[in-house]
Amino acid sequence: MSRFGKAWVRLSENPKRGEPVEIRAMVMHPMESGFRLDNVGHSIPRHIVDTFTCAYDGKEVFRAKLHPAISANPYFVFYVVAAQSADLLFKWTDDHGEVATHNVHLEVT
Amino acid sequence: MANAPPSLRPGRRRALHAIAGGACLLVVRPATAAPEDLAAALRELFGDRPITPGRIKLEIPRLAENGNIVPVTITVDSPMTEPDYVKSIHLFAQSNPLPRILDVELGPRNGRARVATRIRLAVSQQVRAVAVMSDGTLWSTAADVEVTVGGCDP
Repeated sequence: MSRFGKAWVRLSENPKRGEPVEIRAMVMHPMESGFRLDNVGHSIPRHIVDTFTCAYDGKEVFRAKLHPAISANPYFVFYVVAAQSADLLFKWTDDHGEVATHNVHLEVT
Repeated sequence: MANAPPSLRPGRRRALHAIAGGACLLVVRPATAAPEDLAAALRELFGDRPITPGRIKLEIPRLAENGNIVPVTITVDSPMTEPDYVKSIHLFAQSNPLPRILDVELGPRNGRARVATRIRLAVSQQVRAVAVMSDGTLWSTAADVEVTVGGCDP
């Protein structure tokens, strides 16, 4: 069963051509570290988002490899130069092979 | 003695102490990473390449109340142009059960070498960031963080 919840992405206002746009992206996911014990002392298996990527106009512009020390509901802030109006595709993959995606259109004036 | 309330009977008190002691031992977390693990992680990623202090800034609270959510921002001094950009940024926790936290790949299309996220820290410790530049040089910085309530699931 997928442990992914809602994805959330915000871009900085009024992006200008050639200037970096601030991107804030989050997805709901427990990021179960594998180091916790349940209430009868059995270890809870690891279940984390291990890869997060962002593609801009079909080309990858950001890739993160996550380890269990990333907090639950992984949140990232990063930048991309607004070259042209195009779609940003965000993709999160967890270690069970589940995938969450989110699409945002970047309108450059 | 027979009329004393149960809490004053020494046998019961000893037993409770023993139980409490046992419970404390159970709560103690398994081993956290030693600095050697961090050194091993650095060697695994970068081999014997020299790592120079500088060009990278780590913004992280000196005092983190909740070790489960510690905000961190990494900024690298780089023009982020085709000839000179940051290829990757790596984040490490010296005393977490696993020293590696995050690996990020960047390029000139990012325009700005700045990444922020939220991390887990098991105990008070040093957090280290390393940047790999397009010319192959490695730059690093570290910050000490005092953790009030450890991320019990780092």
